[in-house]
Amino acid sequence: MNAAQQIDRDAVSDRTQPLLKVRGLTKLYGPEKGCQDVSFELYPGEVLGIVGESGSGKSTLLSLLSGRCPPDSGVIDYRLADTHKSAGQWLDLYSASEAERRTLLRTEWGFVEQNPRDGLRMAVSAGANIGERLMAQGVRNYQALRAAGLDWLNQVEIDPARIDDLPRTFSGGMQQRLQIARNLVSGPRLVFMDEPTGGLDVSVQARLLDLMRGLVRELDLAVVIVTHDLAVARLLADRLMVMRRSHVVETGLTDQILDDPQHPYSQLLVSSVLQP
Amino acid sequence: MNAATQPRPQPQTPRDEAYNFAYLDEQTKRMIRRGLLKAVAIPGYQVPFGGREMPLPYGWGTGGMQLTAAILGAEDVLKVIDQGADDTTNAVSIRRFFARTAGVATTERTPEATIIQTRHRIPETPLHADQIMVYQVPIPEPLRFIEPSETETRTMHALNDYGVMHVKLYEDIATFGHIATAYAYPVTVDERYVMDPSPIPKFDNPKLDMSSALMLFGAGREKRLYAVPPFTRVTSLDFEDHPFEVQKWEHSCAICGSHDSFLDELILDDQGTQSFVCSDTDYCAQRVSQGRAGQ
Repeated sequence: MNAAQQIDRDAVSDRTQPLLKVRGLTKLYGPEKGCQDVSFELYPGEVLGIVGESGSGKSTLLSLLSGRCPPDSGVIDYRLADTHKSAGQWLDLYSASEAERRTLLRTEWGFVEQNPRDGLRMAVSAGANIGERLMAQGVRNYQALRAAGLDWLNQVEIDPARIDDLPRTFSGGMQQRLQIARNLVSGPRLVFMDEPTGGLDVSVQARLLDLMRGLVRELDLAVVIVTHDLAVARLLADRLMVMRRSHVVETGLTDQILDDPQHPYSQLLVSSVLQP
Repeated sequence: MNAATQPRPQPQTPRDEAYNFAYLDEQTKRMIRRGLLKAVAIPGYQVPFGGREMPLPYGWGTGGMQLTAAILGAEDVLKVIDQGADDTTNAVSIRRFFARTAGVATTERTPEATIIQTRHRIPETPLHADQIMVYQVPIPEPLRFIEPSETETRTMHALNDYGVMHVKLYEDIATFGHIATAYAYPVTVDERYVMDPSPIPKFDNPKLDMSSALMLFGAGREKRLYAVPPFTRVTSLDFEDHPFEVQKWEHSCAICGSHDSFLDELILDDQGTQSFVCSDTDYCAQRVSQGRAGQ
């Protein structure tokens, strides 16, 4: 067997194994406030959408998954990348040290905030925002950081001439695209997105979604995306989880859930979308 | 070892008995010494301490004075410099303060001093192992400018999470074409903690590295102290393609003709005529007394 076949085989086994295994995840702030008993598996390159009404626990679930807030009970296992020294091993997120979680969050993971102001450093230029993760990983070559900045501005369709401008001089859509660039520069395998298109007008939303769909497919990212907008879910997500009052009420393929919802709440949600 | 061979300067003023030795009470001095032991044990780590009110405003050197008071002994010889000079208001006042409350001898000569309190400079004359430098620090937290949250910066120090330190240097190069940070230039101490070396010019950063003198840093307003023990590696942060550099001058000192000391620019008249003189007045005076002269 030659090396190419070996790599091929590794790639196949990489794709057939889940990236993230979640079992019985619970975090309650009160009865039915928060999320409870959530279990799922996420595979490499898969986009999982979490939909539901306000207060149904979508964002709580996302912050549990991304290591920002420890759960009351339940386990999250993440399969480490091959480049990592313990390649292919499973890391139990909340029994790992805080240092390990932080390293994960700035290397193999990304988090796109709903409000770009929370995810960007507003006081430093766009180039520094994009370079920050690389610098945190030990890149100490200014030219390399500069090149990465220009390359990523291009990829997210921002004029590279604006590399030295502060993010506050950018429009809302550009800030959101900058935030995506800042997260993707380290080549993550898993990205969390919290309503990435919230607060943007419809035409900017469409452009951002188009860009995101392209990047997700091109970079083969696994994504967990929280949204209340079913159109966003339809466009991006492979699989959907419908949440209501802290429970997952229905899971399945996106088209299946949107075209043939089984749970009464899913039916309500799908039927409540206005048809222009 | 000049201090050992030369006659020790004698106290000029008798101690004012109305105050405890060196102004602070003994319990406070013990508390600060405990903090200093911890700081020396963990080079570059910021140790909180119960800062006391001093009879002068924050920003005038209260942190440095508390450290000096805690380590001062009756046999010590104190030198105080402000902007490198021994004769500026702040330096004169602090020197007089300790001469009165502790009755210690004071000096302007760097080799004679056993304790040197400073804000902006490390003396040009090389320090020796019997000396202790005490720095007055305005903002001890090097991460403050980019991360305003105190809990977050502590976590970053604890987890060795210093990626953002280079963001500032990146911004400098992007804006000015070179690293324009000229003072309070961040350093890594003993390959672990990132430290703000107080507002010394980056010209003095190399003097911190493997210094034979003990370096103590005190911030009065923020109630933090930290230390660089003797012979500790201190490296300034930089980029591979923009390495750390110190300031250079085309001029030499107008008084002593020194080419390699830190120079202050003086404007002599309304036409903007410049003159450059050593910032370290003692170094300059010693060179003049050895018969060196400028233009």
